[in-house]
Amino acid sequence: MSNVLDFEGWVCPAPLRDYPNIVMGHGGGGKLSSELVENLFLPAFQSATLEQLGDSAVVEAGGARLAFSTDSFVVRPLFFPGGNIGDLAVNGTVNDIAMSGAQPLYMSAGFILEEGMPIRQLAAIAQSMGAAARAAGVTLVTGDTKVVDRGHGDGVYITTSGFGVVPAGLRIGPGQARPGDVVIVSGDIGVHGMAILSVREGLEFGAPLETDCAPLNGLVEAMLARTQAIHALRDPTRGGVASALNEIAIASQVGVRIIERDLPVPQAVRAACEILGLDPLYVANEGKLLAFVARDDADALLEAMRAHPLGRGATIIGEATAEHPGMVVARTGIGGTRVVDTQVGEQLPRIC
Amino acid sequence: MKYLDEFRDPELAGRLFDDIRRITTRPWAIMEVCGGQTHSIIRNGIDQLLPDQIELIHGPGCPVCVTPLELIDKALAIAARPDVTFCSFGDMLRVPGSSQDLFKIKSEGGDIRIVYSPLDAVKIAQQRPERQVVFFGIGFETTAPANAMAILQAERLGLTNFSMLVSHVLVPPAISAIMESPVSRVQGFLAAGHVCSVMGTHQYGPLVARYHVPIVVTGFEPLDVLEGIRRTVAQLEAGEARLDNAYARAVSAPGNLPAQKVLAEVFEVTDRTWRGIGMIPQSGWRLSARFRPFDAEDRFNVGHIRTEESSLCRSGEVLQGLIKPNQCPAFGKECTPRMPLGATMVSSEGACAAYYQYGRFVHVDA
Repeated sequence: MSNVLDFEGWVCPAPLRDYPNIVMGHGGGGKLSSELVENLFLPAFQSATLEQLGDSAVVEAGGARLAFSTDSFVVRPLFFPGGNIGDLAVNGTVNDIAMSGAQPLYMSAGFILEEGMPIRQLAAIAQSMGAAARAAGVTLVTGDTKVVDRGHGDGVYITTSGFGVVPAGLRIGPGQARPGDVVIVSGDIGVHGMAILSVREGLEFGAPLETDCAPLNGLVEAMLARTQAIHALRDPTRGGVASALNEIAIASQVGVRIIERDLPVPQAVRAACEILGLDPLYVANEGKLLAFVARDDADALLEAMRAHPLGRGATIIGEATAEHPGMVVARTGIGGTRVVDTQVGEQLPRIC
Repeated sequence: MKYLDEFRDPELAGRLFDDIRRITTRPWAIMEVCGGQTHSIIRNGIDQLLPDQIELIHGPGCPVCVTPLELIDKALAIAARPDVTFCSFGDMLRVPGSSQDLFKIKSEGGDIRIVYSPLDAVKIAQQRPERQVVFFGIGFETTAPANAMAILQAERLGLTNFSMLVSHVLVPPAISAIMESPVSRVQGFLAAGHVCSVMGTHQYGPLVARYHVPIVVTGFEPLDVLEGIRRTVAQLEAGEARLDNAYARAVSAPGNLPAQKVLAEVFEVTDRTWRGIGMIPQSGWRLSARFRPFDAEDRFNVGHIRTEESSLCRSGEVLQGLIKPNQCPAFGKECTPRMPLGATMVSSEGACAAYYQYGRFVHVDA
């Protein structure tokens, strides 16, 4: 690397100095990930739009407001129950764009292929991407492929980028939630993460779980057709519902209070999480969204969501409060309270 | 979920809280021995709902937390070797040694794997005969049988590339040490249910007699914990000290005899240093003479590594129940799960991490 970084010059409240190298936790969607963005990328890029840290950036171009997003996919295994890396790559970016209230229009796909990867597998992934794009109503218009030496990749890594137009007058963003808002989740949580774990090498526990990977732009369209009083949307992927709620709580400077008993956690996810010592609140989802909406509009929104195939399990899980801004608190099953913090790195299975 | 929801029922929990409130007339200090119980107490907010007179003291029962810094440094030295594949349970990875953790070693090229059973490590050793496969065998009596089985399996398979870094610790000597301590305030114990499901309950009778202290074998779900507390308070209020089993669905008096047989074969009792507490005589297990060839400490010659603990971190006092995590001056400041000073802030079973994760808000308010 010729471009030498000035490690001492970083302006950051909590420096990364205790990890001089990238560790896996920097990709876990927790505190380490956000520190990397805030302390390394933001100062280097100096972009006011990036600083909003939405699922997608909203920028103005030619009089239109565009929601623009990019996402990289390094999932292992490449094929898992209910889908593959191709479905994820398309839907991930579709959903990031949809979280600004925009309908995704065009998308790019970059492939980093490992020498030796079976072409047949790549074809299956490409077929899935095409089908997912058609289902979401988005067009793949440009792409790139590179090949790396055997052993330097896990078959294929995919990066997708895309954009859509934000309807005029819409101001949905992680910083727009207000005290009194109701928090709605569109359905069962923790499904994707546990479906992947259930087939990961050395951990095959045969849970009857398939990924919930799906394009959410149709659901968002149906929601916006009913009410424009949606303040914030987030698809709780990596880091799960807990991380997404924390991001909104911090960006909007509201408190969030959730009721643990109201969380829709399917039996198989709960069982697998119990065995592994994981908390479903931190497990990834790929076809679910969280909505912060004004209380008066919550019932209408719920009705609209439940009428859509991807929102049938929509339910209220909590509310935004003026108390404890930036903090997420859960009412426990037996009536106590606990803080639902952002996790530091990756969620680690407990020893016993 | 069958056998879980029944033990999280809010109505029954409410009734138990009422019962405990009704029978409590004086202040009592009760120690839950196991980190899993601490986790459950804080995660469910049980401590906030108990009457003020009942103080729960968090015991030394988090296996990750009591593993001495020195042993972590030994693990790091072994894991950094290019010929070693180092296998560990997940939550050991973030525990800081004196200068780094296993994640950092991994980022520098160390071959470090999270496994879910020590037998997975044996499997890796079988598949990769050119690699030295080391399993980090820590924990209480609960995790020990699986580790013992892994050693037996490795012996049966004639594996010469498998070894274990062993630092098992035992609950009864820790209870003795706490009761012998002149500063201990503990008046009753919730004994660790899972440990007793392996070892049975017979080791606890003599402790009850010697220290005249109620010991109630207790489970981990909210109702289990509450029932354990209720029975302990009932004894204390009546001036009694008995061994009681509030976790009979998992624990029998003799325990798991086949597991005990394997343990007796593979391990022998030894003195152990507990992180933050110090040396407790006869409080751990090491590999017995026959299995010493599987001892990673000998194989990789790391016996000479000596490490001092951080002076800021007061996890020792937390582990002995002398202070609450949020009474440590470093809590939430110099020491957070992000930059932990001690293992109690790292493991999900650690008292400091449990406070930080779940209880911080409430205690900030108080």
